[in-house]
Amino acid sequence: MKKKHILVMLAVMAFAAGCSSKPVKEAAPAATPVPAAGSNSGVQSGGVPTVDIDQHQGSTQGGATGPSSPLAAQRIIYFDFDSSDIRSEYVDVIAAHARFLSGNATVRVRLEGHTDERGSREYNIGLGERRAQAVKRALMLQGVQESQIATVSYGEERPAAAGSDEAAWSKNRRVEIVYIN
Amino acid sequence: MTATSTNTMKPGILRTAACVLLLLAPAGAHAELEIDITRGVSDPVPVAVVPFAHAAASDGAPDVAAVVEHDLASSGRFKGLPRAAMPAQPQRAADVNAAAWHAAHADYVVVGRVAAGDGGTQVLHFDLVNALTGQRLLNDESVTVPQKSWRRGAHRIADRIFEKITGVRGAFDTRIAYVAVDGTPPSQHFQLIVADADGENAAVAARGSQPIMSPAWSPDGEWLAYVSFEKGVSVVNVQRLSTGELRQVSARAGVNGAPAFSPDGRRLALTLSGTAGDTDVYVLDLATQQLTRITDDPAIDTEPAWSPDGQMLYFTSDRGGAPQIYVAAPTAKARARRISFGVAYAARPRVSPDGKQLALVEEEGGASYIATLDLASGNITTLSHGNLDESPSFAPNGAMLIYAGRDGGRGVLATVSVDGQVSSRLKSAQGEVREPVWGPFTN
Repeated sequence: MKKKHILVMLAVMAFAAGCSSKPVKEAAPAATPVPAAGSNSGVQSGGVPTVDIDQHQGSTQGGATGPSSPLAAQRIIYFDFDSSDIRSEYVDVIAAHARFLSGNATVRVRLEGHTDERGSREYNIGLGERRAQAVKRALMLQGVQESQIATVSYGEERPAAAGSDEAAWSKNRRVEIVYIN
Repeated sequence: MTATSTNTMKPGILRTAACVLLLLAPAGAHAELEIDITRGVSDPVPVAVVPFAHAAASDGAPDVAAVVEHDLASSGRFKGLPRAAMPAQPQRAADVNAAAWHAAHADYVVVGRVAAGDGGTQVLHFDLVNALTGQRLLNDESVTVPQKSWRRGAHRIADRIFEKITGVRGAFDTRIAYVAVDGTPPSQHFQLIVADADGENAAVAARGSQPIMSPAWSPDGEWLAYVSFEKGVSVVNVQRLSTGELRQVSARAGVNGAPAFSPDGRRLALTLSGTAGDTDVYVLDLATQQLTRITDDPAIDTEPAWSPDGQMLYFTSDRGGAPQIYVAAPTAKARARRISFGVAYAARPRVSPDGKQLALVEEEGGASYIATLDLASGNITTLSHGNLDESPSFAPNGAMLIYAGRDGGRGVLATVSVDGQVSSRLKSAQGEVREPVWGPFTN
C-alpha cells in the first residue's frame, strides 16, 4: 500500500451562537501537495473537520498532593487482578489519608481508578470505578465526608507502565489518591 | 452521493465552542493504515481488472482499476492478474477475447472507461466478463460520482463485481473509524480517525490529550458517538462528521460510557454509574432526553449492543462472577437473561447485521480472542488467534469482522472473515491504533 499524504486546508469558522450546519467549504490547498500519479490528493469522500476537544490547559491527572499532606509518597493503592478488594498492606496508608482528610474538612481528593490492559475497555472502566469506590468507602468509614471525595475511572486508558507482562500490569491496577486543593 | 439523513437529533447540549474548525494537519502523519493480507482462501479466484480507459488522457487520471483490484484482493477471495500478464487492454466487453484471457489464467475480466458527466461528475462505465464462457455478467453498468469522489465510485464497482460473483453484497464502499494513540504514558495524544474501509482518506475527526474511546456509528453514517475524557472525567459526545458539529449528550456525574445508537437512530444506549459508581445500562431518547434505566444491580453492566430490530439489548455483566453476555428488552426493569455459556469470560458483544450471531471477546488462560456466538444454538466459535484481541465490529454485509490486536507490542487492527478463512492486518506507520468500528452502508 502506497501511503499518500493528504493535505487539506479548511476555512476557520467563527464562533456563533448556534452551530451552522452548512458543510465546510474547502479552500484550495495552499501548500504543495505531494505529487503522485493517479493522485487522490484532496478529499475524496467528503471533508471531515477536526474537532480539538482539549478543554483543560493544566494537568488533570497526577496533580501534586496537597502541600501540607505528609502522604505525597504513598498515594497509590495497588490491586490484584480483577479485584477491587483492598489488600491488607494498604490499610495503614488509607487510614493515614483518612486521618488527614477527616482533620481537614476543606481538603478534597479525587480517587482515580485504573486497571491493567486485560479485559474489554468499557468493562475496565467499570472495574476502575469499583476500585475507586472501594477506597472511597474505606475513607468514609474512617470519618471522611463524601463531599471531600470525587471518583473517576480511566479503566485501562491511562496506564502507568507500558508493557504486556505482569510487571507492567501490576503497576497499572491501581487507585491514585490525588489532592485537588 | 451523500446519504440523506433523517434529522433524528434535536438540539441537546450544544457546544458552540466546538464549532471552531482547525487547519487540518496532514492526515498521513500517523493516521493512515497499511494493509497486509495475512491469510486468504487456498484458491483465490483470478480476476483481471484492466486499466480503465479515460476519455481525455491526463497524467493525473485516477486509477480506478487499481482500487477495484485492491478491494477484490483484500477480501482474500480474489487474486488480481498482474498488468504485465494481460494479453490486451480492452475497454469494453465486446473487445474481450475470452479465450486469450482464459489462457492467461484469468477466470473473470473487468473492463471499463471513465467519461466526464454533467456538473463536474465522472461516469465510470464497466463490464464483467466470464473468461471461461465469454458471458457478460455485468453489461455496460455505470457509476456516477463527483470527480473528487472517484475512489467511492471504484469501491462501488468492486461491490457490484463481488456481489455478482460471490452472491454476497460487497462492503468496499464503506468507512471505518478508529482511535489512534501516539506517545507513551503519561503523555499521550489521542485521535479519532475516520477512513475508507481500505484505510485511505484517513481524516482526524477529533483529537486531544485525554483518552478517546468507544466510537460508535449512527445508522445513517453521518455521526459518531464516542467517549472523551476531555474534562478529566468521561463524557459521551456525538459528532456530525461532515461539519464537526459536536454535542455532549451525556456528562452526568460518574461514568458516561459505551454509547450505541439504536437501529432507528433515535436512541442511544449507554453506560452510566452516577456518584455511587455502580455501572448500569441505560437508554437515552435523543429527542426527548428521557432516560430509561435498563439494569439495576451492583454488578458491572456495560457495553450495550442493539439487535437489528431494536427490540433487544445485549450487554456485558459480571453479576454471575466473571463477565458474561446477557440480553434484555430495552425497557425499564427488563428481565435479563444470560446467553454466553461454556467460556470463562465473555464480553463486549456486537450484533451481526442479520441479528443471528454476536461477535464477542472471550478470555481464556490470560489471553483474549474474538469469537462468534450463534444465537440459535449458543455455540461459541473462536475466530482470532492473537493474544490480546478485542473490540470486534461487523462489516455491514456481515461477512467480515474488524477488530483490534497487537503486533510487536503495538496496537494494530485486523480483519477476519466470519468463516475464519480470510484475515488481514492494518497497521499505522507510527503510534498505535485501536477500537475500530465499521460504518454502515450509505448507498
